[in-house]
Amino acid sequence: MKTLAIYLMSGPDTPELAEAAVEGGADLVELGFPFSDPLADGPMIRRAAERALGQGMRTRACLECLAATRARVDVPLVPMTYSSLLEAYGWDRFADDARAAGATSLIVADLPAGERPELRRVQLVAPTSTDERLRLAGELTDGWLYLVTLTGTTGARTGLSAALAGLARRARAAVPDVPLYAGFGISTPADARAAADLADGVVVGSAALEAAEGGPGALRDYVRSLRAALDG
Amino acid sequence: MTGTYGAYGGRYVPETLIPALDELTAAWEAALADEGFRAELDELARTYAGRPTPLTRAERFAPAKRLYLKREDLLHTGAHKLNNALGQAVLARRLGKRRIVAETGAGQHGVATATVCARFGLECVVYMGAEDMRRQRPNVERMGLLGAEVRPVEFGTKTLKEATSEAIRDWITNVDTTHYLIGSCVGPAPYPAIVRELQAVIGRESRAQVLEVEGRLPDAVLACVGGGSNAIGMFAGFLDDAGVELVGVEAAGAASLGTGRTGVLHGSRSSVLADEDGQIADAHSISAGLDYPGVGPEHAHLRDSGRARYVGATDDEALDALRRLTRTEGIIPALEPAHALARVGDLDAELVLVCLSGRGDKDLAEVLARG
Repeated sequence: MKTLAIYLMSGPDTPELAEAAVEGGADLVELGFPFSDPLADGPMIRRAAERALGQGMRTRACLECLAATRARVDVPLVPMTYSSLLEAYGWDRFADDARAAGATSLIVADLPAGERPELRRVQLVAPTSTDERLRLAGELTDGWLYLVTLTGTTGARTGLSAALAGLARRARAAVPDVPLYAGFGISTPADARAAADLADGVVVGSAALEAAEGGPGALRDYVRSLRAALDG
Repeated sequence: MTGTYGAYGGRYVPETLIPALDELTAAWEAALADEGFRAELDELARTYAGRPTPLTRAERFAPAKRLYLKREDLLHTGAHKLNNALGQAVLARRLGKRRIVAETGAGQHGVATATVCARFGLECVVYMGAEDMRRQRPNVERMGLLGAEVRPVEFGTKTLKEATSEAIRDWITNVDTTHYLIGSCVGPAPYPAIVRELQAVIGRESRAQVLEVEGRLPDAVLACVGGGSNAIGMFAGFLDDAGVELVGVEAAGAASLGTGRTGVLHGSRSSVLADEDGQIADAHSISAGLDYPGVGPEHAHLRDSGRARYVGATDDEALDALRRLTRTEGIIPALEPAHALARVGDLDAELVLVCLSGRGDKDLAEVLARG
């Protein structure tokens, strides 16, 4: 059984959307904490972040959103954010408060493995990562390793990145016991299926946000189509 | 953390870039140890860029002082930015990278980058905020003439902050073939150290020149600070001279050091204009080159340690200083160093050195529009 992770941006509708995603078959929900200058994100998530900030989704509001989501779903909830927010809030305090609000670990998009090792988090690796860095990230990571399928920013692409196969093989060899979830650029059920053949799970972000614009029903149907492809 | 200045600096970037930063660090260290690299840079500085730049006494502008201007405005392309662009272009060649991306605010770094790319036959893409493209039209046209592609950034504030983010995103996407030629002493390590070393020629030359003409070191050294590259290059020459006061002058509406807080922007921890949640705030300055909410991490460290102090100048004060230097010395400075000129009169110091980081041709439309 492959893991399906769905990314949603924090906002007033997020608890309801997360519930719909889980009904559709999501095993894990990533919760975006919006940042004004997100280096790793493409246009879709940037626009969603801009909108969320316009709705007042600052760190405290995002933590409340996390707690409200926790009250409605049982799957792991993983905040995904940027260093600037943690710097402002306090690195340790953020980790503590997120956990208290119901988070399972966290992801910091611009904090590479080896920097601030005391902050337990899900580490990311990329096609450019050396074998040495794959080992380091695999040893430090919290629960699973995030395989960034491509060199680039988040956002839907045509077809699955050709770089994932090599990355997944090298990561597997470096850390055989750590689950590998692939994300960035995965948007269609066919992409998800192809990525799941190489990894233990997939993360879908920008395309899920696009589906969520149609409301909980549309998101549920979209996640269900991904689930069917993974289970088929 | 790697590459820190006290509590500041580091490499706060997505993992995709870490191997490229490691590779850049290794190439930079190898280049520094290579006499051939030094010799090539010295030759380019002398025969292409126009170094050494002169020191000019500004007697009519500041009759009560002995004020000297370090004339980086006389450098090829009209600003100190070429020092850094030349060095990094030579470094990119050593790395085997044939494509260059850069960000630009006022357009001076974009022009310097487009210039060195033309000189070395490299592909050049420059990201520039749409608002900056409007207010710095002549530089957009120069870049085009030099063969660079200028890509407008329509996001957010449409200024240097967004242009820098877009340049970094391009680099993340094309990291195998591309060198990111950052324009200031900001960004993830090793960039602040590279840019500082390539601009340190300003301070080295200035120190020798002022000793030659005055027989002693200056009482105070001033430079404008946006990202802070001309200032760090100038300060580098005097950091070990404890008696020399170092003063950085920020735009009052973009005072990352004066009114900022510790934050993370564009890959490094520094003093940043941000709100209490860490969201980056908008900077506001008449000078596109200072209109940036971050600053080089070494400046934040120099501020905290007390070795340098940082003050502000308003748009109107800079405009007034620009007009006064033009009328008293026949030198039209850029709006950026005009901020530093604006603070000269406040100093108790008698022997003063100011880095005139660039010339004002690019600002004529903005200045004339203000009457």
